[in-house]
Amino acid sequence: MNESLPKLTLKDFASDQEVRWCPGCGDFAILKTIQKLMPLLDSPKENQVFISGIGCSSRFPYYMNTYGFHTIHGRAPPVATGVKLANPELDVWVVTGDGDGFSIGGNHMLHVLRRNVDLQILLFNNEIYGLTKGQYSPTSQLGTRSPSSPEGSIDLPLSPCEVALGSGGTFIARSIDTEAKHLSKVTMRGYEHKGAAFIEILQNCPIYNDGIFEQVKNKKISADFKVELEHGKPIVFGKEGEKAIHLNRETLTLEVVATGNADKEVLLHDENNKIQAHMLATMTGPDLPIAVGVIYRQDKSSFVDDSHQLLIKSRQTKGSLKELLHSGHTWEVKG
Amino acid sequence: MELAEEKLGEHHLDQKEVVDVVVRFAGDSGDGMQLVGANFTDSTALYGNDLSTFPDFPAEIRAPIGATFGVSAFQIYFGAEDVTTAGDALDVLVAMNPAALVTNIASLVEGGLVIVDRGAFTSKNLSKAKYQTNPLEDNSLDGFRVLDIDISKHVLAAVEAFDLGHKAALRCKNMWTLGLVMWLFDRDRKPTIENIKAKFSKKPDIANANVAALNAGHAYGETAELPTGIHVYKVPKANVAPGTYRNMTGANALAWGLVAGSELADIDLLFASYPITPASNILHELANRKEFRVNTFQAEDEIAAVCAAIGASFAGSLGITSSSGPGIALKSEGISLAIATELPLVVINTQRGGPSTGLPTKTEQSDLMMALYGRHGDTPMPVISASTPVDCFEVAIEAIRLAIKYMTPVMLLSDGYLANASEPWKIPDVESLTPFPVQHHKDTEGFKPSLRDKETLARVWAKPGTPGLEHRIGGIERSFETGDISYDPDNHQAMTDLRHAKVAGIANDIPLQQVCLGNESGRLAVVGWGSTFGAIHQAVKRARLEGLDVSHIQVRYISPLPRNLGELLSNFEAILVPEMNTGQFIKLLRSEYLLDAEGVNKVSGQPFKIGEILAAIHEEFVQLESNVSREETS
Repeated sequence: MNESLPKLTLKDFASDQEVRWCPGCGDFAILKTIQKLMPLLDSPKENQVFISGIGCSSRFPYYMNTYGFHTIHGRAPPVATGVKLANPELDVWVVTGDGDGFSIGGNHMLHVLRRNVDLQILLFNNEIYGLTKGQYSPTSQLGTRSPSSPEGSIDLPLSPCEVALGSGGTFIARSIDTEAKHLSKVTMRGYEHKGAAFIEILQNCPIYNDGIFEQVKNKKISADFKVELEHGKPIVFGKEGEKAIHLNRETLTLEVVATGNADKEVLLHDENNKIQAHMLATMTGPDLPIAVGVIYRQDKSSFVDDSHQLLIKSRQTKGSLKELLHSGHTWEVKG
Repeated sequence: MELAEEKLGEHHLDQKEVVDVVVRFAGDSGDGMQLVGANFTDSTALYGNDLSTFPDFPAEIRAPIGATFGVSAFQIYFGAEDVTTAGDALDVLVAMNPAALVTNIASLVEGGLVIVDRGAFTSKNLSKAKYQTNPLEDNSLDGFRVLDIDISKHVLAAVEAFDLGHKAALRCKNMWTLGLVMWLFDRDRKPTIENIKAKFSKKPDIANANVAALNAGHAYGETAELPTGIHVYKVPKANVAPGTYRNMTGANALAWGLVAGSELADIDLLFASYPITPASNILHELANRKEFRVNTFQAEDEIAAVCAAIGASFAGSLGITSSSGPGIALKSEGISLAIATELPLVVINTQRGGPSTGLPTKTEQSDLMMALYGRHGDTPMPVISASTPVDCFEVAIEAIRLAIKYMTPVMLLSDGYLANASEPWKIPDVESLTPFPVQHHKDTEGFKPSLRDKETLARVWAKPGTPGLEHRIGGIERSFETGDISYDPDNHQAMTDLRHAKVAGIANDIPLQQVCLGNESGRLAVVGWGSTFGAIHQAVKRARLEGLDVSHIQVRYISPLPRNLGELLSNFEAILVPEMNTGQFIKLLRSEYLLDAEGVNKVSGQPFKIGEILAAIHEEFVQLESNVSREETS
């Protein structure tokens, strides 16, 4: 943390606007966590910019006492790219949801990740369209009953972290709305990452998709259904750490084994291993736990840095408008 | 409507000295006709003629050799008087193959000169052009002067020393032909030789071969025994204002205008765009101009491009996005966001033939209604248009000025013709341009994002990174008082009225409408906008020489319209509105001023010919006269 910055608290980052999410919405918890994280950042408050699209999650910027822009459906990534290109000094955050980020805005998500634009992308995944009253989304599980799928949805869902990996994302993480400490830690690592940091936050919608993440959220049972990844450490879970993830080298699949089984080597988490990251991102019940934490991270050149470097190089000699207008073939007409 | 034939062109080439000439170079898209045209243009400008050019190329990059749909052409009109169009009928046609001949011969005046490469008139090429018999042998070209030369043979001989191989050697055909046409009009080859050497600086053999071909073509004209009536033609120098000149295409003028605008506004530009014909040249030019305060971003799609531009404007730069009709349609939601959040943005539409993919390389003015009204909600925005290639420079600066001063998106309308056409430009004195530096808001005292200038109604521009001015904007309706979200009915009415008043108020900040040729009142006003300028100008000039009381008015500012335009138009008995659409500007004039007007409409992908507008003027006068005689008899 930068000592020269004024000491601020969560309250300094709360705007004067009344928060208008439904009672019990997971978004409240995320908002609090992010507001609490802000004073810890290495950059002043006026340099924080939140850009969102459309949907419940996208109301987020209105509640942050920072710079904010509530834009149009699915388009927060390109707006954020424009902001960052115009002023690379700013810390630019994208707040989006499963519909905003992966349905209408899927194309932009793909490109902002492959370009590695230096942004923090918070994807609130509640597997439903909340603001339009509960239609199934591109992450809804097969068979989701909703106003637009009365017999249950027949669209196969996508997995945000897998798509982000496939798009060339350089920082892929997953966390949970109500796990403040974990979310804060993962987000801080995303903030420190140079490039696009993609953080999927499993978020409960109490109105249209209540309990969808119960297994990983309910503290009584969650130890058996999720695994917290830490770089360089064995991937173990369960109340007592009695279960572990093992890579079956014959079938190239992951399986759950008991820890301490000498025949079944426990997989170590390696953030930089993309193939392994794919396998971990894909893990889902009932056979495998859901992975949370930083799934993948890699240092790659960042688009905004590179663009800025080109400008610096091009402007070593500043352009002269007069010279430009007179460049190439010209001729004199005498009076 | 029967069109008036271009009178000036007939038997034009009987004299040794001619006032003006239209030449068209036509060949396969791989024949290098655009390069020939560009070099001939340079030498013509240096010679001192006024000129205007029009490249006309197919959408296919490399169409099958010899195909009629693959013909690429470059037309130049040059002369001793002011030239504002690329000309109507051709005096000289250069046809590098049968396809080029069959697609262009109808434009050649009677007695005009056609230069063909006899070597390319093979039975295969003839059948591709659907010629039953060889036009060089069946007397079908009897009405013209024909110079049929086996150019291929001459070229191969000329470049033999360079040992290029047959195929590469034949590629010098275009330069041989250029050399011949340069001889025909007494042009200096020096600038072309310099251009060739610069272009092939890393391949000296190719450069030397091309120069040899150019010189050989020229020497052929000097020494060969040509048919009677084909000789060097002198075109006297034009009487143009003193100064330093250069050639300029509309796309380049527009790009440079944006560069100039950023300097005058003292602001960084982010030019965010997605490739589309015929708008991409602006992106290409600016991508090479990063020594100025310009950054370019090739976005993943049209929507991302407009959104990135809006993001840049939010961050305190000026966002600019550019496209053609279909792409502008995709940007529409983003433009409305910029209107709602009152951020500056320049949107450039280089219009092309529509609808849908339509005619990507051809020109049209059919996006005017979309520019004015093609958005959801009640969302007015200023719309301005460029009327000549070099006018694009000034209009680009003006778009930036208005966007920044009024915190609004501005739509700039260009078109495919303007983008690609070129004309000489008297280079303006940079010091004479008036700066309009941007002041971003910094004062924290009483700050709210809804603060606005009382006079212009422009919202405050506070950029992220400024301490104490943290604020939120967004697409949900904002309170007039605080800028916070507001669903209040009265507030929405007030904000809608404000958006209209802001754009309407710009009428007080733009010049009054001038008459560009003729009197401020009279019998007939021909009212145009955009790239129809050149053809209207010449037609009105000719009609006035015939003694007709007709004036030319060209409107740059389409929304809001100049505040005197209604009164000015009411001073004329009749109004004629030529447009390359089915009648869009005329609808605006009728609805704004409740006036009657007659349209002249052409939607063929080709610019107006002078003769077409002159014919409409004649017809209008016949009408006016018959009205008079009817009144007299009644």
